[in-house]
Amino acid sequence: MKFLSEFRDPALVERLVDELHRTVRGDWTLMEVCGGQTHSLVKNGLMDLLPAGVRMVHGPGCPVCVTPVPLIDLAVRLVLEHGATVFSFGDMLRVPGTTRSLAQAKAAGGDVRVVYSPLEAVAFAKANPGRQVVFFAVGFETTAPANALALVHAHREGLRNFSLLASQVLVPPAMAAVLADPASTIQGFLAAGHVCTIMGLDEYEPIVARFRVPVVVTGFEPVDLLHGILMAVSQLERGEARLENQYARVVRPEGNPDARRVLREVFRVADREWRGIGTIPASGLEVREEFADFDAKVRFGLEDAPEPASAGCIAGKVLRGQARPTECPHFGQACTPLTPVGAPMVSSEGACAAYWHVAQAPVTLVRGGRHG
Amino acid sequence: MCLAIPGLVLAIEHRFDGTVRIAKVRFGGIVKEASLEMLPAAAVGDYVLVHVGVAISRVDEAEAKQVFRYLEEIGELDELVPMQDDTAPHQRAGAVEGA
Ligand code: SF4
Repeated sequence: MKFLSEFRDPALVERLVDELHRTVRGDWTLMEVCGGQTHSLVKNGLMDLLPAGVRMVHGPGCPVCVTPVPLIDLAVRLVLEHGATVFSFGDMLRVPGTTRSLAQAKAAGGDVRVVYSPLEAVAFAKANPGRQVVFFAVGFETTAPANALALVHAHREGLRNFSLLASQVLVPPAMAAVLADPASTIQGFLAAGHVCTIMGLDEYEPIVARFRVPVVVTGFEPVDLLHGILMAVSQLERGEARLENQYARVVRPEGNPDARRVLREVFRVADREWRGIGTIPASGLEVREEFADFDAKVRFGLEDAPEPASAGCIAGKVLRGQARPTECPHFGQACTPLTPVGAPMVSSEGACAAYWHVAQAPVTLVRGGRHG
Repeated sequence: MCLAIPGLVLAIEHRFDGTVRIAKVRFGGIVKEASLEMLPAAAVGDYVLVHVGVAISRVDEAEAKQVFRYLEEIGELDELVPMQDDTAPHQRAGAVEGA
């Protein structure tokens, strides 16, 4: 078993689709939280296979998409005003800031680099003691432990030239915020499997109890997603609301205790602004005071600014599952992955970009692309 | 962003005076390094889930098989119980192609 191809098997996909059609009687709206799941659902055409009674709406689970503009601006200032070398994951570079994206800061001569792992940024800092190195630490609970580990490595090495610009968000508070919104139509959740790989299952019991919605921890492959959807709608058809784990091959009830320990040691929970959604209490992870030397905001004396409104972008509604990307007037017109107006168009996991790519594929074959 | 893929642990090395365990992990045709600092029990021959250079979970084969057993069962039921439900699969003719 390789744990990958088996979960993409078309025969199993078909079997699950049949079972879904046999199971569904009512009309149900489910949200998948994670952008990776959105991407997989859209890219694999799974939404077209679902019974008419199952509607998937896409959640706020793209850390790049919910990073507030002022934080992008801080990263750009670190590059251009402080001469720092800023490392980040690739998707972050194209997210528009107020005046520039990180990619534009790089084009203007700034030192901006893409890494696969935060640990590479630490290795660079060690090899280049003359440069101030900042890792733009974007991510959910899945990624935050690796960011924390980078800080631990830098601390152990006694590096004086490495810091984190933390843009880390927590998923359960966002799920609660989305459900508490009076305009929410969500009746069940697919919880993000890799977030739960770290954090375990405990955090979801209060959500199930408070909102009486099924929550099914789900993986990312086509078989996983359809299985998770089947488990959630089976509960709904029976009038149940429970926490279930579809992704037990990877997610243990207690999560990963070593990762949770590093997270606790390095970060503290703080209120956090989500781009397009607003401030969600206790939904972010900031560097602890004990490690203030490794906090880019402290080291460079940077202040957070409030989020400006971006004209006409309905990302807030898209991220709460209240509008489809295609309902946005800018979609595919002013806003494309080459000219993103809002962040969900930038990251390949953003719902807007996922819809755009699928809409383009057949058109590209015939007419070589469509640009508004 | 939270993309994490399973790979096979081929070998384990100790670095930084033995304090850090680094695995060579094979993903399809590619071999990459992953830190085992958050997975102290991982061993050669395990499948581990790697995210941004850090192994975050061991993939449990027994649990994976459980899913396939369940999927087999629903397939068998499929063959045993004749379709009595007209909202069932044939309504979405051709839908599975390309899945
Ligand atoms: S299509 Fe562009 S402008 Fe519209 S919601 Fe998505 S990101 Fe914002």
